[in-house]
Amino acid sequence: MTTAGAGARPLAPAASALGGGSGGGGGSSGATGTPSARETRRRRRRHRSTEAAWAAFFLAPTALGLGVFYLWPVLQTFYYSFTTWGPFGGHTFTGLANYRALLHDPDLRSAFVNTLWYCLLGLAGIPIALVLAAVLARPGRRGVGFYRALLFLPVVTMPVAVAIVWRWLYAGDYGLINTLLGKIGIHGPYWISDQHTALIAVAVVGLWSGVGYTMVILMAGLESIPRQYYEAAQIDGAGPVRQFFALTLPLLSPSLFFVTVLSVIGTLQTFDLVYVLIGQTNPALPQTRSVVYLFYQDAFVDNNRGYAAAIAFVLLLVTVALTGFQFRLQKRWVHYA
Amino acid sequence: MGIRTVVAASAVLALAASTTACSSSASSSSGGGKVSLSYGVWDATQVPAMQKIIAAFEAQNPTITVTIQQTPWADYWTKLQAAASGGSAPDVFWMNGPNFQLYASNNVLEPLTDVHPDTSVYPPALAKLYQYKGVQYGLPKDFDTVGLWYNKAIFDAAGVAYPTAAWTWADFQAAAKKLTDPGKGVYGVGANLEGQENFYDTIYQAGGYVISPDGKKSGYADPASIAGLKFWTDLVAAKESPSLKQMTDTAPLNLFESGKLAMYWGGSWDAKAFAANDTTKTGVDVAPLPAGVKKATIIHGLANVVFAHTSHPAQAEKFAAFLGSQQAAQIEADTGTVIPAYNGTQQSWVKAYPQYHLQSFLDQLPDAVPYPISKDTAAWNTLETTELTKAWDGSEPVDKAAADLATQMDAALAKEGS
Repeated sequence: MTTAGAGARPLAPAASALGGGSGGGGGSSGATGTPSARETRRRRRRHRSTEAAWAAFFLAPTALGLGVFYLWPVLQTFYYSFTTWGPFGGHTFTGLANYRALLHDPDLRSAFVNTLWYCLLGLAGIPIALVLAAVLARPGRRGVGFYRALLFLPVVTMPVAVAIVWRWLYAGDYGLINTLLGKIGIHGPYWISDQHTALIAVAVVGLWSGVGYTMVILMAGLESIPRQYYEAAQIDGAGPVRQFFALTLPLLSPSLFFVTVLSVIGTLQTFDLVYVLIGQTNPALPQTRSVVYLFYQDAFVDNNRGYAAAIAFVLLLVTVALTGFQFRLQKRWVHYA
Repeated sequence: MGIRTVVAASAVLALAASTTACSSSASSSSGGGKVSLSYGVWDATQVPAMQKIIAAFEAQNPTITVTIQQTPWADYWTKLQAAASGGSAPDVFWMNGPNFQLYASNNVLEPLTDVHPDTSVYPPALAKLYQYKGVQYGLPKDFDTVGLWYNKAIFDAAGVAYPTAAWTWADFQAAAKKLTDPGKGVYGVGANLEGQENFYDTIYQAGGYVISPDGKKSGYADPASIAGLKFWTDLVAAKESPSLKQMTDTAPLNLFESGKLAMYWGGSWDAKAFAANDTTKTGVDVAPLPAGVKKATIIHGLANVVFAHTSHPAQAEKFAAFLGSQQAAQIEADTGTVIPAYNGTQQSWVKAYPQYHLQSFLDQLPDAVPYPISKDTAAWNTLETTELTKAWDGSEPVDKAAADLATQMDAALAKEGS
């Protein structure tokens, strides 16, 4: 819709300028010229309104889906966060009671700290993806499609399947990782049940399964930078390092900004990896429990749906705030060529 | 990524459930057609026995067909609760002790007093478990007690005599010490952080209690209860059991099945799985639990219940009555899945696996203690896991963890109301 509107608008002044030009040929013809210009304008306007109608028509299915499956639940969740639920439905309005309880919930505080760690560790995936993208996007490299598919595979694999396989890899006594470490004389920890390693273990799996997606976006960004710039820089005597910082990074910044925003929103919603990798009786659960996990536990295990709705809403606010902050920050470092 | 996958999956399940509900009501409205019922269960190993019972029921009732809806244990209650809230729960389904009062008190279950008036055919503790305010809502299906499973080869190699009914805690602790062999990665026992099979039994053996008989007060602050918990944490501290971390990685049941545990406190329901596993097929046997201050084993059993909002109450009740009959119990006993609740059919179950001394489970019946429950059992079950984890991994002394648990559990019980 925005592209259609932007395309149509510059046409209108051009058309009226043309109309005015033809009308200005003779003094008397001015009277006849103006109505014809008005007529054109009216036709344009009618054309534009039918265009808008068509746009609305084509957008309706998506808008409807968005409204029914996203916006309406958000409003409902907002309302439910002020209620207390029975185990089999039915709720009573209890005002700010849930939010007041949230303030004093030590579990929520630790869950937020854990989630922010997932968020920070998730961002570490971006430089890794950038290196992978840069290596794969080098001109003349063979088998790019193969490697790209290989690295993208975890993205399209079911998170639960990913977590189950990693559970085996991480197993303390019989896992592949500790077996290999044992060969070089290192006694590895119980990765996912040790309070010190569990959070990093979960984050690494998240990073591994997300890096392919980031890489593909960055590769597309790299390929859209014109080669001439690099040739010009070379002639000016810039080395590869200087080229990277003076050319690649600024020109790639819109893509980097995009993946940063996505990564932050995605990692704030960490749930399935914790649910499958850690499980409910794991001694490291307090050190790995994310906000969405806490939401799940309150909503579906402990039957506190109203309280869970309040948790979900606070997470939404935090997500909006962090994303808004990034959009403010982007003015300083993102260059749109 | 994220919870959306889970929500989407449950939405699909709910959709599937509602379509089956639609199809069943459609078939009944067509007049002389068949009525189809759904039967919700969680244990996959019992599905073949359930199929046989259904076949026998359908033979007697040609106008009714029954389909099994099996949901793995991990998701059973979450899904059932969502389905019950939405009015699309299975017509008949399995119920357990910890969840029963929650469902009965919220009018999700159909009273079955008229369906099967004579409950004296079941062990009285079980029939009573499924009464709420004097009304029978569930018909006992089976029961289980806990026994001491042991690996004969590990006992032989260490030169330790097999456990007997005369064993005390001291005998057990001495054996666990002798049987532990760090070089081979073999432990005396798995101190699972599990109520029914582990610490509930020892709490009652030590003379303590989990919850007061009126269901209003926690028993975790009682010194005897703490002694029951210490039984296990001492084994972990002495490395005669794998650490909690190890048991999180590999469940004690799997360790026992692969010959890494000399002893395993397990239920009568384990017999079927053990008989199908190479190591445990003939290599293990079972004895009664050792006695502490007194003898005790937790008894628990499932019941079949009818969904209050089923579209076919008459047919569903008929099926529930059949499930509670001697004929159904006999089929269950012959397939050897679990101990049937119907008195007089239990001996067939004992004979189903002659290689194990399954009589041990029945011999303990006079000392059996009912599974501790209240109206919202799940609330304090979560607390048990959270607080006792600290005692198990040694980050807190047992008495402190138990005292904290008692305080929080009392608060949770106070919230239940009457």
